[in-house]
Amino acid sequence: MRVVIEHVCKTFEDGSGGKTEALRDINLTNEENEFLVVVGPSGCGKSTLLNIVAGLLPATSGKVIFEGIPDLSKPFTSVVFQEFALFPWRTVEKNIMYGPEERGLPKNEREDIARHFIDMVGLKGFEKRYPHQLSGGMKQRVSIARALANDPWLLLMDEPFSALDAQTRTIMQGELSQIYEKTHKSVLYITHNIQEAVFLGDRVAVLSRRPGRVESVISIDLPRPREENIVLAPEFLSYAEEIWGHIRDQAKSALSE
Amino acid sequence: MVSFLSILFLFCLWEFIARLGFVSPLFLPAPTAILETGIKMALSGEIFHHIGASLWRIFWGFSCAAVIGTLVGILLGFFSLAESIGNPIIAATYPIPKIAILPLLILWLGIGEYSKIAVIGLGVFFPMVINVYTGVRNVDPVLIKAAISLGSDRKRIIRKVILPSALPMIFAGLKLGIGIALLLVVAAEMIAADAGIGYMILTSADLMQTTKLMFGISILSMLGLVFSWIINKIEKLCIPWKT
Repeated sequence: MRVVIEHVCKTFEDGSGGKTEALRDINLTNEENEFLVVVGPSGCGKSTLLNIVAGLLPATSGKVIFEGIPDLSKPFTSVVFQEFALFPWRTVEKNIMYGPEERGLPKNEREDIARHFIDMVGLKGFEKRYPHQLSGGMKQRVSIARALANDPWLLLMDEPFSALDAQTRTIMQGELSQIYEKTHKSVLYITHNIQEAVFLGDRVAVLSRRPGRVESVISIDLPRPREENIVLAPEFLSYAEEIWGHIRDQAKSALSE
Repeated sequence: MVSFLSILFLFCLWEFIARLGFVSPLFLPAPTAILETGIKMALSGEIFHHIGASLWRIFWGFSCAAVIGTLVGILLGFFSLAESIGNPIIAATYPIPKIAILPLLILWLGIGEYSKIAVIGLGVFFPMVINVYTGVRNVDPVLIKAAISLGSDRKRIIRKVILPSALPMIFAGLKLGIGIALLLVVAAEMIAADAGIGYMILTSADLMQTTKLMFGISILSMLGLVFSWIINKIEKLCIPWKT
C-alpha cells in the first residue's frame, strides 16, 4: 500500500472573490510503512495538505491516490489532531471504540481492540475516565489509540504534540517512535518542529511558504528504533542543520510580514 | 448554613412585625398564620386540587414544547435551508409577549385547557429552539472532522456528536423554559380558569383572604425550586462528563 499525492493544488476563495493559494503542485509519495514528515514554516499549508489526504477537504486540482488497498470496508486514514478532538462525553475506552463502532464490529471485538491499544499507549487504569480528567499528554495518547483502533492504512498526524509542554512533548515523541516500531503503520506527520521531524521521520519533506511547494525531500538515515539520546549524534545535528537551512529564510520572511 | 439562617431571620422578623399589631393582618399576615391556612387547605385537599390543575397544564405545555423545540432547534442548526426559512420567522415571533396571544388562543382553541397548554407551550418553545440552535451551531468543528475521519456519516454525526455536544445547551433551555412555564400558567389561570394556583391567588385577593393568597405565592416559590432541582438532577445523570 502506498499513497501518492499527485499535482495537488489548493486555492481558497473567500466570499468576496479574494483568492489565497495555499498549495501549489504538491507531489509526494508515502511508501508502505514509511514515516513521512512534512515540515515547514507557519502558513505553508501543511495542515491543508493533511486535510486533503484525509478527505476532509477537496483539492482544487490534482489527486491523492491510495494504491493497492485490498479492503475498502473501513476509512483509509485516521487523523490525530493537534487539539486532541476527543469526544468529551465518552470515556477513554469509549473514545477508542468509536471507530470500531462505526465499522459495526461486534461488542467483544471492540472491547478487545480497545484493551489492546489502551495497553499500547500506557493508559491502563484510566479506561473509565473522561477526557477532562486527563492531562494533555494522556489526552493525546487516547487520540493516538483512537486513530490506531480504526486500523487505518495511513495514520495522519497534524502537529499532534505542539499543544503539549516541552517535557511531555519529548516523552511523547519517544513513545510515538516505539508505537511506530510496534505497528509499522504508514504515517504522514505534520510539524513545524525540525528536531521532531528528524527524530521521527524516515523522510522529511520541506514545504516552502505560501503557496506551499515541496522545497526538498531529505532521507533520514538514522538507525531504528530511535532512542532519546540520538538527538546528540552528529548525524542528527547535521540533518537538522540541513533542514533548517531550507526553512530559515522562509521563516525569516514570515516574521517580517 | 448561612443562607438558611438568613431566611430564618427574615421569617422571625416578619413574624415579629406582624405580631406587634401595627400592621393589619389583612395586609401582612404572620408566617404562622399563612402556615395554618396552608395546613387547613392541605387537610381539606383544596390545595392539591389547585396544584394538580396547574401541574397538569405545565406538564403538557412544557414537555410538548421541549420536544418540538429541540427538534426544530436541531433542524435549524444543522440544515441551512431550514435555517434561512426558520430564523426570520422566529426572530419576528419571539419578541411577542406570549400572554398577549392568549385571547387569540382562547378564540381558536376555546376557554378550556388547550388554550392554556398552548400558551405555556409557546413560551417554552422559543427559549428551547434558540438554545438548541446555538448549541448545535457551537459544536466544535474538529469533533465533526474527527467523527468523519473515523467513518461516521451525516446521520450518525447528528446522533453521536451534535446531540451530545448540544446537551448542555438543551438543559440550559429547559431551565429557562420551566421558569417561563410557571409564569405563564399563573397568568393564564388568572385570565380564565376555575382551578389552579393562579386562579386561587386571584380569587383569594378578591375575597381579601390574604393568608390564602400568600400561601399560593409560597407554593409557586416551592414549585420553582422543585422544578429546577429535578432538572439539575436529570442534567447530572445525562451529562456525567460535565465538570
